[in-house]
Amino acid sequence: MTSAVSFQKVSRHFGTVRAVDAVDLDIVPGEFFAMLGPSGSGKTTCLRLIAGFEQPTAGSISIFGERAEGVPPYRRNVNTVFQDYALFPHLNILDNVAYGLMVKGVGKAERHKAAEDALALVRLPGYGERRPGQLSGGQRQRVALARALVNQPKVLLLDEPLGALDLKLRENMQEELKSLQKALGITFIFVTHDQGEALSMADRVAVFNDGKIMQVGTPQDIYERPATRFVADFVGSSNVLPPDFVQRYSGQRRWGSLRPEAIRVGKATRGDGVSARLVSANYLGATTRLALDADGLRLHAVVPAGTKLPEEGEALVLTFNRDQLHLMDEPA
Amino acid sequence: MRSDRNQKTPLGLKIAAGLGLIFLHAPILLIFVYAFTTEEKSYQWPPPGLTTQWFAVTWNRPDVWEALSLSVRVAAISTAIAVVLGTLCAAAVSRSKFFGRETVSLLVILPIALPGIITGIALRSAFALTDIPFSFWTIILGHATFCVVVVYNNAVARFRRTSGSMIEASMDLGADGFQTFRYVVLPNIATALLAGGMLAFALSFDEVIVTTFTAGQQQTLPIWMLEELIRPRQRPVTNVVAMVVVLVTLLPILLAYYLTRDGDQIAGSGK
Repeated sequence: MTSAVSFQKVSRHFGTVRAVDAVDLDIVPGEFFAMLGPSGSGKTTCLRLIAGFEQPTAGSISIFGERAEGVPPYRRNVNTVFQDYALFPHLNILDNVAYGLMVKGVGKAERHKAAEDALALVRLPGYGERRPGQLSGGQRQRVALARALVNQPKVLLLDEPLGALDLKLRENMQEELKSLQKALGITFIFVTHDQGEALSMADRVAVFNDGKIMQVGTPQDIYERPATRFVADFVGSSNVLPPDFVQRYSGQRRWGSLRPEAIRVGKATRGDGVSARLVSANYLGATTRLALDADGLRLHAVVPAGTKLPEEGEALVLTFNRDQLHLMDEPA
Repeated sequence: MRSDRNQKTPLGLKIAAGLGLIFLHAPILLIFVYAFTTEEKSYQWPPPGLTTQWFAVTWNRPDVWEALSLSVRVAAISTAIAVVLGTLCAAAVSRSKFFGRETVSLLVILPIALPGIITGIALRSAFALTDIPFSFWTIILGHATFCVVVVYNNAVARFRRTSGSMIEASMDLGADGFQTFRYVVLPNIATALLAGGMLAFALSFDEVIVTTFTAGQQQTLPIWMLEELIRPRQRPVTNVVAMVVVLVTLLPILLAYYLTRDGDQIAGSGK
């Protein structure tokens, strides 16, 4: 099957900076794909390479089987929702949404009809006469979405789509984007630095660091079976365990990861396990996050709300199921 | 020191401000009065009598029409050149990063900071050196040097206020370079260009110093007026022309002021 977007050894260098470095990537048609990574990791450059705002220094990109290098943005069947929405302030909402059809020469009545439909799709019917300045951030985001979708792109790119919204709105938009993607069946590729957002929305996630992809997989893969220390630390804030520690419990000298919720915290008097002391406790609402010191190794554990918390500095014993301990690919 | 709205302005300050304004503007009114005087050889106060005959006399003087037409053509073409070059330069400086960008920006603004006489002498010696005969086009070249600055300044300020991703968004939605300029860039900078163009037109229309150095035998309207003042015949004609110049330059400047006053108009709080 043809990939929606395929990268073969794609690099984009800015002078000596390797923004994207020999990246291989295949995105399946109809999938909701997340590019996750800290700022400067190359994820946005990858998105801009797909959109056509950047050209690769080396390697080849194809979009639904067609070579994309040298094809200008306006000849790609790909649309972008920009981080700052980039609505046109001199046009009203309807003309903003109809813009893509207007430049393609679609007649006024037809394109306005299509724009109305797109606005209804993002639940902003009847907002056509307003100006971008009269809308809230969340509404502008929906307009940007409608403006991209009205062109019926094969791939929709979203650059930090929820970055500027407040928490409640973010959660609503996450669900809405997800159901929209399911209903339309378009390939969505979105860039985010928020691991929660990537895990909750995407079918598959690529974790970026230093211009390279560290791991590609389903959210479960990424979260439960991180390939490298970076992924374990960046996604889900897992405990990264050094080879010496891992050897004691698994027999293998490898780096390991252990999710905070897999650790059980008990009184020092009970049975064997890892002895540790409580450093601090962070109340997070539904859970409490404990920072623990196990003989110089800093570990985090998460306990449900309502658990009786130990005293700070109290000696504790940590236990976990051996099968929860994940061995990473990264060599010791 | 901070100005307090509730504090009463001292009477002395009010009088001083009033006197200052009178000092600035009364002489202009005087010009208007002399356009109606019956005395044609000297400026006599008070005017011995009032008449409107000078408007008819001015209307029938071919040299006035020649000078006026030259000035309008020079101003129009200089402004057109300035709008194109100023916009391109502003776009380059505000849209891309390149070596020497700040220097280019400074060099473009320099002609308006330099005294006109320097620009004039420099251009005159450059024309002489390259054997370019003085003509209509040398006047335009001289005027364009400072007209470009006005348009550039207006355009740069507007470019800074418009979001860069708008151009990318337009391309992304299928518009090529020309369509993006036509439908996105131009509407967003149009009022700035209009304002800059009007200021440029007004500057060019009453320019004297650079023109004296770059014109051959031709007379633009301001130069014609200077010459006319020396001659003791039909003096009020000069005043009639002066009134016209004031109106022709004041209106575009006022309009330009109103166009750029609403800073947020383009940023989106639509009406």
